[in-house]
Amino acid sequence: MSIMEYNGSAVVAMVGKNCVAIAADKRLGQRALTVDMNFQKVFPITDRTAEERIIEPKTFSNLVSHMLYERRFGPYFVEPVIAGLDKDNKPFVGTASDNLFGMCESLWEPDLEPEELFETISQALLNAVDRDAMSGWGAVVHVITKDGVITRDLKGRMD
Amino acid sequence: MDFAQFQQAPVSVPTEHHSHGNRWDPYVDNGGTSLAIAGEDFVVVASDTRQSNGYSINSRYSPKAFELSNGSVLATTGYHADALKLVEHIEQRAQLYFHKHDRAMNVSAMAQMLSGILYSKRFFPYYVFPILSGLDAKGKGAVYTYDPVGNMERVNYQAYGSASALVQPFLDSQVGFKNQRNADPSRLLERPQAVKLAIDAFTGATERDIHTGDWLDLFIIDQDGIHQTKRELKHD
Repeated sequence: MSIMEYNGSAVVAMVGKNCVAIAADKRLGQRALTVDMNFQKVFPITDRTAEERIIEPKTFSNLVSHMLYERRFGPYFVEPVIAGLDKDNKPFVGTASDNLFGMCESLWEPDLEPEELFETISQALLNAVDRDAMSGWGAVVHVITKDGVITRDLKGRMD
Repeated sequence: MDFAQFQQAPVSVPTEHHSHGNRWDPYVDNGGTSLAIAGEDFVVVASDTRQSNGYSINSRYSPKAFELSNGSVLATTGYHADALKLVEHIEQRAQLYFHKHDRAMNVSAMAQMLSGILYSKRFFPYYVFPILSGLDAKGKGAVYTYDPVGNMERVNYQAYGSASALVQPFLDSQVGFKNQRNADPSRLLERPQAVKLAIDAFTGATERDIHTGDWLDLFIIDQDGIHQTKRELKHD
């Protein structure tokens, strides 16, 4: 089994119309053993109110890309996903990535409004993690719009 | 030059495989995906027709869902040669049943028999993941799923094969209404919805799974019989 499946989990991000969403499950494990059922995996990088000048998502993606390549021969065993305004694509990552690919490929469409995007990303994540033993135990969804971030906790199957 | 040879789809491939050391392996995974969705009085069965071995495509049109003599459909994934032998095996037994009882097998009898056939090869299994679909004695859509050694379950929908990880969560969401608070999870789909979802599932799977694609064989089983259609999927 790959080291990338050591902790398990599923992270997904999607683009909508003038909004992006990023979501993650809450499980942290060591292989098949569940260690934490409320583990934070999504972190704010910039806070528009607190900083004078903020880093653009695209710039930050480049930074992360370079930080990862710096460790080319002793990598960080992480698969990061970055979401922000303004606009990038819709990547997804984690042990449930096949399941997420299947969900996103069929559920997602361009130009979803924030509430539609929330529904889509939530359905995609919940149904994906329910078919992955290494992910789940609830989820958290953030929808980023120009007016702010909407954060919601999702109840999922606890098994 | 004889052009007819190019129109004929290849039906069999060498089965030898030398992946680990020099040990001969009698099993190959030929990829591909199959699914079935049961309705109140019908079943939709869909299989792609690509047959592959690793990165090679053996055939772009090698059907792996088969109409059986009793009006049911057997959709398979796994090892294609074993699937063909399994169909022969089932049809031989169905023929014996027909001559003994003077009527065709109903689906539940065939489902039970298939489990027995698979388990009879418990220690040299057919490497096949079968989905048997038809109408039950009351005329309701019936889908039976198996693992290669004969564990059987009757379900309302199932996806098997190389893109099952992509398709099954989608079916959970759209056919099983999972994770939807106000939905009845046992509600069955209407025929147009079921067909649409089957097609959507395969266009999505084809996009991300290299072993799934080329053509889609679609079967709709109802009281009038089996209606088969062929649709195009991406060839890349």
